[in-house]
Amino acid sequence: MDNNFLITTKDLTKIYTMGHEKITALDNVDLNFKRAEFAGLVGPSGSGKTTLLNIVGSLDVPTSGTVEVLGKNVEHLTHKQAAELRNQHMGFIFQTFNLLPVYSVFENVEFPLLLLGMPAHERKKAVMDALEWVGLADRSKSRPAQLSGGQSQRVAIARAVVKKPELILADEPTANLDAENSHHILQTMEKLNRELNTTFLFSTHDEKVIQYLRRKITLFDGRVAKDELIQPEKSKEN
Amino acid sequence: MVIFKLAFRNLVGGGLRTWLNALVLSFSFVLIIFTQGLYRGMDERVSRTMIEAEYGGGQYWQEHYDPYDPLTLQDAHAPIPEYLQDLISEERALPVLVLQGTMYPEGRITPVLIKGIDPGQKILNFPSEALRNQEEELPALIGSRMAKSTGLEIGDYVTIRWRDANGTFDARDAMIVHIMKTTVQSIDNNQIWVPIQTLQGLTDMPGEATLVVLARDEEAGKSLSGWDFKDHDFLLSDIKYMVQSKSIGATIFYFILLLLAMLAIFDTQILSIFRRRKEIGTLIALGMTRSRVIRLFTLEGALHGILAVLVGAVYGAPILIYFATKGWAIGQSFDSYGFALGEKLLPTYTAGLVLVTTLIVLIVTTIVSYLPTRKIGKLEPTEALRSLT
Repeated sequence: MDNNFLITTKDLTKIYTMGHEKITALDNVDLNFKRAEFAGLVGPSGSGKTTLLNIVGSLDVPTSGTVEVLGKNVEHLTHKQAAELRNQHMGFIFQTFNLLPVYSVFENVEFPLLLLGMPAHERKKAVMDALEWVGLADRSKSRPAQLSGGQSQRVAIARAVVKKPELILADEPTANLDAENSHHILQTMEKLNRELNTTFLFSTHDEKVIQYLRRKITLFDGRVAKDELIQPEKSKEN
Repeated sequence: MVIFKLAFRNLVGGGLRTWLNALVLSFSFVLIIFTQGLYRGMDERVSRTMIEAEYGGGQYWQEHYDPYDPLTLQDAHAPIPEYLQDLISEERALPVLVLQGTMYPEGRITPVLIKGIDPGQKILNFPSEALRNQEEELPALIGSRMAKSTGLEIGDYVTIRWRDANGTFDARDAMIVHIMKTTVQSIDNNQIWVPIQTLQGLTDMPGEATLVVLARDEEAGKSLSGWDFKDHDFLLSDIKYMVQSKSIGATIFYFILLLLAMLAIFDTQILSIFRRRKEIGTLIALGMTRSRVIRLFTLEGALHGILAVLVGAVYGAPILIYFATKGWAIGQSFDSYGFALGEKLLPTYTAGLVLVTTLIVLIVTTIVSYLPTRKIGKLEPTEALRSLT
């Protein structure tokens, strides 16, 4: 596989068995992603977007085919190795934010760094930098329950970027946000992509997100129906 | 540390549910210590009282003596060996002559143990000096229970009959010169105490005894022909067994209480894992291994145990200290148990007892907390993230 690619999938197939029925979520998907891409998987519900995102995120394994992420074959990783890969190189952004309710904003963002074992003084600086990026430095002591949806998602973004991962996987990140918050969030992510060269891979069917993408991969019935590069100018116009 | 911090936060975040679990568990914790302390106190007090009043530092028994078989008493006497005689003359041992006899209080026949004791002895905590310098031929002292059952009072005469060394029946009128109040029933019930020299003379058993009590600090264990040494382990075995059997009854009770508390924690863990599947998925996505998530949830459950110990210490310590210093008034009801308890029972709480109980509670809580978390090992992170909670 080409070492220039951050992610490479080859003949990736995922079949779920539900009772006696077999459902093909992904069918021989071949995709490559370079570093610093701002790409999105789009398509209707059940097209395999989230399944592909989960496999790339080493949260799931393919039924057949290969997936190489950051030089590691996901299908061969043990639970521990997969956890290390996620911990050291990936950030996740979820549709429902998934913040830890008992932690403050600061502690939520700090959490991945604690798992990394980063020293306290470095941790504090990294967390405050991340919160500055998303414009929530003044809410560091708040609890998730005290934040709006937009603010919560920005905390989730800060948590994803705080360790400066090579790859951030965002599953429907704007689904629970209004238009204004969605644009704010996407602009933040685009800025991080530019400034930190972080690769973003979205799963979405939200038009607002699609407007910001520089690469759009359309999935349909588990297959890649279309893979198109979008002109940066178009993205900027939007 | 990160796991501990998160577990602690989640525990505190559990609110009322956490506190109720901790409270129920703390009841078991405090009750175990209280009950065990009570039985330890009972064991210690009874043992000490009986050693002071009856057993001394151990006893040499004439080889035929069996306190549970009255028929052996006729032959259970022998001249005191020289070794013991020396100890007696140095006031380091005390001879007791025991005979089976019959007493006729108010014309009724009552089987009785006639015991001869030296009125000048200082080895046992026993009011034998009441038998000294009496003008009566046969002064006698009895215990308050004996006095109650026979209706005898100080100054009363009562006929006692026995068989002497030759098997011949003999009888005398003894005058009750003292009624002792003692918690030790085995020196009271159905017993009458008289001066040993008088009894030896009346029974034609000069220089003989049934048993010899050693002073409490006396080194013992020397083998003597025709005499068996009985140490505290043997002499107190009945008491130990009785305390132990009562302690087992209590153990069953607090085992049930502990079981209820564990059931509450088990349910809480099951519910917690079910309700927090999304959080579990998130933790795994953030880079936690499943085993670490299992540790987190186990620790959360186990912290109930630590919280229970702290809660128990807050309200339990004053209660335990109060009873340890003031004692627990047990009235006359325990007298029928056959224990030399007195009217107050002072529980004994040791650091070991608290430590062992704390460890038991923590270990059991940790095991019970761990069992439901095994589900996490089978939970797919993608499924967990998809769940609504």
